[in-house]
Amino acid sequence: MIPSFAGFGLGLRKPHYAEFLEHRVSVDFLEVISENFMVDGGRPRQILRDIRARYPVALHGVSMSIGSADGLDAAYLTRLRNLIDEIEPLFVSDHLSWTRIEGFNSHDLLPLPYTEESLAMVCTNVDRAQDVLGRAMLIENPSTYLEFAPADMSEWTFLGRLCERTGCGLLLDVNNVFVSATNHGFDPRAYLDGVPHEHVRQIHLAGHSRGEQLLVDTHDQPVALTVWELFAHIWPQLGPVATMIERDDNIPPLAELLAELAAARRAAAGDMPVAA
Amino acid sequence: MTLLSMQRDMRAWLVHEDEAAAARMGARAHAGFGVYQNNYRAQLVACLESSFPRTRAWMGDEAFLNAAALHIDRVPPSSWTLDAYPHNFPTTLSALYPDDPEIEEIAQIELALEQMFVAADGTIVAVDDLQDIDWDRASLRIAHTIELVDFRTNAFALWSAIAAGDQPPTVEHRKVSDIILVWRQDGQCRIRTIDQTEFQALRALRAGTRFGDLCSDAAILFGQERGTALVGQWLGKWLADGLIAAID
Repeated sequence: MIPSFAGFGLGLRKPHYAEFLEHRVSVDFLEVISENFMVDGGRPRQILRDIRARYPVALHGVSMSIGSADGLDAAYLTRLRNLIDEIEPLFVSDHLSWTRIEGFNSHDLLPLPYTEESLAMVCTNVDRAQDVLGRAMLIENPSTYLEFAPADMSEWTFLGRLCERTGCGLLLDVNNVFVSATNHGFDPRAYLDGVPHEHVRQIHLAGHSRGEQLLVDTHDQPVALTVWELFAHIWPQLGPVATMIERDDNIPPLAELLAELAAARRAAAGDMPVAA
Repeated sequence: MTLLSMQRDMRAWLVHEDEAAAARMGARAHAGFGVYQNNYRAQLVACLESSFPRTRAWMGDEAFLNAAALHIDRVPPSSWTLDAYPHNFPTTLSALYPDDPEIEEIAQIELALEQMFVAADGTIVAVDDLQDIDWDRASLRIAHTIELVDFRTNAFALWSAIAAGDQPPTVEHRKVSDIILVWRQDGQCRIRTIDQTEFQALRALRAGTRFGDLCSDAAILFGQERGTALVGQWLGKWLADGLIAAID
C-alpha cells in the first residue's frame, strides 16, 4: 500500500513561484505538473529544486497516457524516473485516460471505454510504469464528455479493479466526479461511495465551467458549492489523504487560493462553505 | 471495436474532424466530440501563442491565428511534451510567406531562445579560474549555444525592436547573413550577433583547435598584432558572457 500523507496543499503555478520561494507559505505540500519540469535543465528545474528544499512535492502528470493501446513511451518514463529520483516526491500521479497513439499526441486527456479489454491494457501499462518508476502511482479519475457503448463496468468499478490488480492508488478528483456525473447522468454520491476508499491517497478540488451542453473541467473557477458538498460527503469515509485546490487558468492571487484552501480545511472539519 | 481502433478513430476525429470515424466509436452524448476537438485545437493554439509572441506582434493577430490554424491542420503533435510542438512552426511560416522571410526568421529567434531556456545545465569558467594555464596548449570547451546562420533579413534588429517595445526598422534583405548566437548565462537566455570571424573561431574551438593554434591562425589572417588583439578581445567577451565551459 502507498503510504498516506495527511495535509492540505496547492498546485504550484508560475505566478506564485516567487511567493513560495521567498516566504514560508502555510501549505502542507505543493503539487507540480511533472512534464513542466521533465526538461534537460535551466531555470524550471532549478526552481523545482528550490521549492523541494522548502516544501513536500507531489508530481502530477498529464502525458503518460496509461490508456494507450500501443503501450507507453519509454523515453517519457525514463525522464520521469530521473525527475522522481531527484525530487523524491510524496506521490506520482497521472490520469485514467490516453493522450498518445501511434506517434500522435493529443495533449488532451481522452476518454477510455470501460471494457475488460481497456482494463487489461491499462493494468499492463500501469504495471510497466510502476516497474520503471520504482514505485506505485496514483491514478486520477478524469472529467469526460463522452461515454462509450458498450461498457462492461462503471468508472468507479474500473478504478477499483485497477487498484486491486496493480497496487496503484487513487487520486480522487471530486470536481471531475461532479462534471462527469452531470454530463452522463449518474449519481456522483454513488460514484464516491463506490470507489475503493482504502486506496485514495490524494484529493483534487477544482472549478468547472458550463459549456453549451456539457460541463467542462476548466479549472479556471473557484470550487463550486456542489463540489464542496460532495467533498463533505466523501471526506469522513476516507483515511488520511492529501487534499488540494487545483487551479490551472484564470489564476488568482495566492491569497485567494489560500483562502479557498482554508475553506477546504474547514469543510474537512465539518464546517461547509456557503454560497456567496 | 477494439481499443486500438477506437483510438485511431479518435485521432482521425481530432486531426481531420472525420465524422465517419466519430460515428464508428459508438459514443453517447455526441456533443462531447466538440469539447475534445475544441480542447485539442485550443491547447495547440495557446502553445504557439506562448512560444511566438514577437512573431505574432510582427504579423498581427489575424495572420498569426490563421497560420496557427493551418499549422495545426498540417502538423499534428507527436511528442509527449508540448515544448516540442513549436519546432516546425517556422517552416509553416516560411511556406505561407515566401516573400516575407523575416517572419520565419523572427520565429526562429524565438524558438532558439525557448529551446535554450530549458537546455542542459553546464559549467562556466570564471575569470578567477584563470590561473596556471598554458595558453599555447589549452583547449577551450565552449558552452552549449545555438547559432542561427542563414538569415536573409535584418530579423535580429526587428526582433530586438519588438522585444524592447520600440518601432521596428524597415525590413532589409541582406547579402551576407547575420549570425546570431543564443546561449544561457545565470539562468537567463542571452542573444547577440557575431561576425563571421568570431563564428569561425568558436567552430574551430568546438572542433578541438587549441587556443595557441587559434592565435596563430588569427596572426596569419590578420597580422600578429591585430590577430592577437582580436583573439584577446574574443576571450574576454567569451569569459564575460559565460561561454567557456572548461579549459583543458
